[in-house]
Amino acid sequence: MKYLIQMCIITGITFAGELLRAFLPLPVPGSVYGMLLLFLCLCTGVIKVKHIEETAEFLLAIMPVLFVGPGVGILENYTHVTGNLPIFLLTVLVSTALVMAATGAAVQAVMALKRKAGRKK
Amino acid sequence: MNEVLQNSAYFGFFLSLLAYWAGVRIKSKWKLAVLNPLLIAIILVIGFLVAFRIDYATFNQGAQYLNYLLTPATVCLALPLYRQIRVLKEHWAAVLCGLAAGCATSLALVVAFAWVLRVDPVVARSLLPKSITTAIAMGVTEELGGISAITVAVVILTGVAGAVMATGIFKLFRIKDPVAQGLALGASAHAVGTSKALELGELQGAMSSLAIVATGILTVIAAPIVANGVF
Repeated sequence: MKYLIQMCIITGITFAGELLRAFLPLPVPGSVYGMLLLFLCLCTGVIKVKHIEETAEFLLAIMPVLFVGPGVGILENYTHVTGNLPIFLLTVLVSTALVMAATGAAVQAVMALKRKAGRKK
Repeated sequence: MNEVLQNSAYFGFFLSLLAYWAGVRIKSKWKLAVLNPLLIAIILVIGFLVAFRIDYATFNQGAQYLNYLLTPATVCLALPLYRQIRVLKEHWAAVLCGLAAGCATSLALVVAFAWVLRVDPVVARSLLPKSITTAIAMGVTEELGGISAITVAVVILTGVAGAVMATGIFKLFRIKDPVAQGLALGASAHAVGTSKALELGELQGAMSSLAIVATGILTVIAAPIVANGVF
């Protein structure tokens, strides 16, 4: 029964997300609407963590496996990928390193500013 | 061979699970960041399909059923986000600035590379969401009219690259704060980065999963604006 109710809540919210996607004109995937909806429900207490916990943990745990199929889909667009391989590698390696550095540096800079402001008070 | 498998709804489903399990076993044996289970699983399945001359469509006959779980799984990312709400409230300004900086850097660099290297606009659109988690990235690419197979490939490559480079980057740029480390990993290398963040510590892992969701949402908002403005 527990899993039935949990699965029912999660798929219900997923469906509500799809409905929002269909009726709102924004380029947002239904999964993101669903995620925000679930987050709001958790924050307001409409849904409690125990109402979804085990099933949500299960879905989150198997999430990487769900990407095997789409990843193998590279086969379908083989020419697209191999033709651009050097571009992909260069873009990915350089930008990943810089995004990581920029995010970390920005977080530390704001924290340092906050600490300074705290001391002045 | 193809004819027998074409009638099976479970061949692709089973092969995906088996390959991922093999990936997890290989990863736990050698413990190298390059040996990402997802990467191994994709390579194994592609190798198998090519070796036995099995069409992608035949494989996808079964594998597509796994895809149905992707949307509800993405919805469930709300749970870790909700669990970290206290840390989020305490460091909201730093979190917001850091993730906005990361998201802007990612989009700007893709635009810069696409322009300098004269990348095809459809391919460039598929590269835009490369730093965010696959489920949201695929949605963004579909919205932008890109090719989702390219997005998946680049997203996975980004994740593995981020996990491998993290230690070096943190040393080079003196990123020592656990909150900053976690957010940096999640913002640049999504779920694969998060698995690396969990190795560094619990706080890093929590912050990284928060970054996955937040940069995902930021990119959903920003990517269409960038794509329609530039490409």
